[in-house]
Amino acid sequence: MKTKTIKKKDIASFLDTLLTRYEVFAPVERDERVVFEAIGAGSEATLDYQNTTMPPKGILFPQTEQLFSYRSTKDTADIAVPSFKEKPQLIFGIRPCDARSFLLFDHAFDGDPYYINRRGNTLLVSIGCTHPQAPCFCTSVGGGPFSEEGSDLLLIETGDQYLIQIVTDRGAQLLEESGFKDAGKDALTLAQKMIKTAEASMGAGIEIDGLKEKLDSSFENPIWQELTEKCLGCGVCTYLCPTCHCFDMVDEAEGSTGERIRIWDSCQFPLFTLQASGVNPRPTVKERFRQRIMHKFSYMIESYNQIGCVGCGRCITECPVNLDIRQVVHTISKLEALS
Amino acid sequence: MPEVTKKIREIARSLLQEKKVDLVIGFEQGTLPLRATPCFVRGEKEVDRLVWDSFCENNLATYLIKRAERVAIIAKGCDVRTIVELIKENQISRDQVVIIGIPCQGMFDRRQVEAVLQGKEIQEVTEKDGQLILRGGSFKETLKRDTFLYPSCITCTHRNPVIYDLLVGDPVPELSTDPYQDVEEFEARSAEERWEYLIKEFTRCIRCYACRNACPLCYCQECFVDSSSPPWIGKTTDESDTAIFHLMRAFHVAGRCTECGACERACPVGVDIRKLNRKLARDVKERFGYESGVSLEQVTPLATFKPDDPEEFMVNP
Ligand code: SF4
Ligand code: SF4
Ligand code: SF4
Repeated sequence: MKTKTIKKKDIASFLDTLLTRYEVFAPVERDERVVFEAIGAGSEATLDYQNTTMPPKGILFPQTEQLFSYRSTKDTADIAVPSFKEKPQLIFGIRPCDARSFLLFDHAFDGDPYYINRRGNTLLVSIGCTHPQAPCFCTSVGGGPFSEEGSDLLLIETGDQYLIQIVTDRGAQLLEESGFKDAGKDALTLAQKMIKTAEASMGAGIEIDGLKEKLDSSFENPIWQELTEKCLGCGVCTYLCPTCHCFDMVDEAEGSTGERIRIWDSCQFPLFTLQASGVNPRPTVKERFRQRIMHKFSYMIESYNQIGCVGCGRCITECPVNLDIRQVVHTISKLEALS
Repeated sequence: MPEVTKKIREIARSLLQEKKVDLVIGFEQGTLPLRATPCFVRGEKEVDRLVWDSFCENNLATYLIKRAERVAIIAKGCDVRTIVELIKENQISRDQVVIIGIPCQGMFDRRQVEAVLQGKEIQEVTEKDGQLILRGGSFKETLKRDTFLYPSCITCTHRNPVIYDLLVGDPVPELSTDPYQDVEEFEARSAEERWEYLIKEFTRCIRCYACRNACPLCYCQECFVDSSSPPWIGKTTDESDTAIFHLMRAFHVAGRCTECGACERACPVGVDIRKLNRKLARDVKERFGYESGVSLEQVTPLATFKPDDPEEFMVNP
């Protein structure tokens, strides 16, 4: 694999060059928080951050998106579909877990023109995690603090420079004419050391082996009641999850004009499965929380042969009542099968 | 083990042993540093899970609603105020709950602490003499607890439970600072500035409803945001939809909100939710002489009508 190096102080000017060709999204500081935003200058970006509270998923799957608008007259209806943004875009400084999450989206939005167009037009330059945090468990769900899966380029911090791992051809094209030097032996050894240290610093995580079978056989286990008793049924864990992608459609009409909008939805909300008859097959947080776990660790494996969680830890950090997905999974995997 | 934790366990054990309650709701150690988490204890064997520290930030009163069991609940000053409101609103009955009141010195704002640490990872936390000692691989940081309290704890007016069945710990002095200073400052701004401030806060909102769900007083069987036919309110995150959500919610808790701050602590993106709620709370206090959750007897302003009400808002629109 080809590798290059870039000095930390040259990142801003590298971004400035990219900005001539791409719309660039990068972590920026806003009101004492780091969020992904479109930047106007390379100097706005910060790579000195742990991870953002909000995942960058909204860049490819906006929380609110108009699908079409219409205007009807007595016998005609004009439908307008928003035009697709031609300018290619790039997400810079995305964490490896979040980069991997888009591989799941690729399955979920297979055939969806809004997503596919944007996705085909987007490059991902990720930055490896030198300091994985307490809630991180990417290594137990197939990723790693320096996983390159899903990325076009991966940056590895080595002292005052980054090693750039070139993952895809599209990634390689980004570096053409950049003049960055090939990485020397020292840089490569140092990078290997950083990767080893980071991986070794990660907590125990979760056990995936046999989990799906356990979940499938524990659907009716009363343990779910106990596990979910403190759950508030809010949308934090799903809205902040980089792999959660459920949505709702709303029609906003005013007289003869209107629009259809796609918005994020959450399996934790009562309305999510409320049927027109008034029946709700998931009437309480128990069924809803169970759905979230089943979807990630059983159904997505069935549908896409992929675990539906990338181990970013956001749902653990931000759950208002500290309902920890790792603990839930652990409890389930230790269950004796219900006979 | 801290004295309060020890006492809580003793009380919980004897209440369960003597079958006075079926369930004790309290806190146990969380899975991350600076976190405690709600805990439901039904058997004596589980009692030793209970803890009390500076991270018991959730308002557990939210778990009392629609419960058939007899419950003992660990409650801080603000939690007790919410319980009082819930009793007055007939959501729980007084004889169904055993209130284990705890005079509270404020809860630690984990996000503020994390901001100070700038990503350094905490491995161990100890509390001693009003100080918090955080240790990580390569650092040790000693923080004064009073400088890192939640905003709601800084403006708290009833740190000591107003009613209780059992009290654990010694009463603490109430704060002497003006609790509504920030509201007064806000009121002094021009209408445009106020709106600009609120809109800036609201546009950060992701409509996750953690604020509503954490709020013990948001117990409506069907919340206006959850209705799809009719859709009372737009579901998008554009400015007007989000603003309407916040304005409506503020009105729905006006004269009821006990300023416990559970909404704001639950918010993942740090929206200033309390500003409006507290503005309304202060208006209610000034105009109707009513402070929510401080007495079981006083009639709630929205549940009464006085023929001699000045009704200024009618004559001076
Ligand atoms: S697990 Fe936590 S974040 Fe998720 S719905 Fe329940 S309370 Fe909200
Ligand atoms: S389930 Fe939690 S840890 Fe897994 S990807 Fe989603 S937010 Fe991250
Ligand atoms: S908790 Fe925060 S983000 Fe969620 S709905 Fe409330 S204000 Fe909005």
